[in-house]
Amino acid sequence: MDPLLSGNVDLMTVVVVLLKVLVAFAGLLVAVMGMVWFERKALADMENRFGPNRAGPFGILQTLADGMKLSFKEDLLPEKADRFVFRLAPLLAVIPAFLTFAIVPLAGNFSNGNDGVVEILGHKTFMQVADPQMGILWMLAMSSIAVYGIVLAGWSSGSKYPLLGSVRASAQMVSYEAALGLSIATVLLIGGMLSTNQIVAGQYGLRWNLWMTGIVPFFIFIIAGTAELNRPPFDLVEAEQELVGGFHTEYSSMRFAMFFLAEFMNAVTMSAIIVTLFLGGPSGPTFGITGWISDYVLPFIYFFLKVLLFLYMFAFFRGTLPRFRYDQLMDLGWKFLIPLALGWFLLLATVRVAADQGWNLPLTVVVCLAVLAAGAGLLRAAIRNSEHAEAMAAGSVAKDASEVDV
Amino acid sequence: MPKPPFPKPKVPGVLKGMGITLRTAKETVFPNGPIPQPSKGAVTVQYPHDADLPADRARGVISLKEDNCTACMLCARECPDWCIYIEGHKTLAPPRREGGKPRKVNALDRFDIDFSLCMYCGICVEVCPFEALFWSPEYEYSELKIADLLHDKSRLGQWFETVPDFEPLESGSEVKVKKVPR
Repeated sequence: MDPLLSGNVDLMTVVVVLLKVLVAFAGLLVAVMGMVWFERKALADMENRFGPNRAGPFGILQTLADGMKLSFKEDLLPEKADRFVFRLAPLLAVIPAFLTFAIVPLAGNFSNGNDGVVEILGHKTFMQVADPQMGILWMLAMSSIAVYGIVLAGWSSGSKYPLLGSVRASAQMVSYEAALGLSIATVLLIGGMLSTNQIVAGQYGLRWNLWMTGIVPFFIFIIAGTAELNRPPFDLVEAEQELVGGFHTEYSSMRFAMFFLAEFMNAVTMSAIIVTLFLGGPSGPTFGITGWISDYVLPFIYFFLKVLLFLYMFAFFRGTLPRFRYDQLMDLGWKFLIPLALGWFLLLATVRVAADQGWNLPLTVVVCLAVLAAGAGLLRAAIRNSEHAEAMAAGSVAKDASEVDV
Repeated sequence: MPKPPFPKPKVPGVLKGMGITLRTAKETVFPNGPIPQPSKGAVTVQYPHDADLPADRARGVISLKEDNCTACMLCARECPDWCIYIEGHKTLAPPRREGGKPRKVNALDRFDIDFSLCMYCGICVEVCPFEALFWSPEYEYSELKIADLLHDKSRLGQWFETVPDFEPLESGSEVKVKKVPR
């Protein structure tokens, strides 16, 4: 629990909370502007181009210029659109993106097992907007609401391409959420906590969940997270070649800007969540310095650099990987990532039980891996069998058709 | 070729592709040495500041060598956009040999190409049997008024000054190709 709210709530407490909300809100907006510019610049580098270079030094004000241009555009409402839902959908996309960021610890001294408590205006508190007890579940809940934003946007547009885009989005985001949740579960298994603050505090030193969970959940989380964000190579939701613009085809002006904002905000937030869950958030060496430098400056720099790494990774994916075909996307999610995440979760759970019960650890791991390998083999056989049956069915249908022709 | 005893382990295509993009990014940001120079290695030409150098055979603008034109109208007829306008009249030229009859020739009154219609297919250049039309790589002739894109024969003749000399031909290809403009 945030120590700010444990005692009496007076006026200064409210001021501190408002201050934190304001800083997080403004910071996220600036981060999103920076992210849009950074991604375009990184992409340009990968393609031997300049990228934005007109507005401001190195084109850094490009996002601002784009936003101003968008706000002066005509706000269209399609004739066949469901008016209320059409107006609601962008808000459903952008508000959860803000709310998710509330649980990310941005700074605070986490070195040597400190719990990241800082003092603002004489009140002890965490450097995150909220530290709810459900913690990381909040992020899963919010990303589920963000699905509604996209689905309702497509459905309420009264047009076929947005509808197809949103149908794809719903199937994709729901199926990858399973793998996402299972890889988060391994982190919870290691830390034993849901609260993001305590997850970060548990990773002091270099005890990052990245290796404490055995790296595999980290990669599953990155892949499933990229799919959850609908970013390339999983951007079937807005596949330009097939669906014009996808779910936001009918949107213009500020409503489109909101979707755009939400997309990049989600990228920033997802990077922050990855850092929080697997890379120890803002924790890092403080070199024996105390005071505000070790409370705010150093942790924030660590946090920023770690997040930047993942933002570059997202741009890197976009610059390199071609888009998945829809069946490949579903195969990767259901036939590979979810079984792998589930198997790894079982392995980690067994190792924990073995440690508690004093079993022979290496033997337990070997037996576990053998069981998992057997399970994987069975799964593979089952998938092959069903594919074979499908092929047979398709073949027999084709044969029937040819007989009819004769 | 005998198979190597230990075949090189295959790198997954995903990693290969990511290596390529990373290398390209390095070329763009670190074109020479470890000091980062943002966008220094980009191949983009910042056109109004740096002039783009088109290839010698680029299809920039069509030029006319008026002396060679016989107003045969082949180009105007083959033009898919009908953007070539030709007018001429018959006139008498001095005889080739001493004491011969004066020759009847076509004199060119008007030869206009409307570059607002032209689609730069080059059929006119291909079809001209008298070596009167040539491609020039010049490209800076944008106008504020669309009517100014109609280039008359004197303007087209000025473009002829910019036609580069042809490169020497490969052996065996002399027969089919146009002669050198000058």
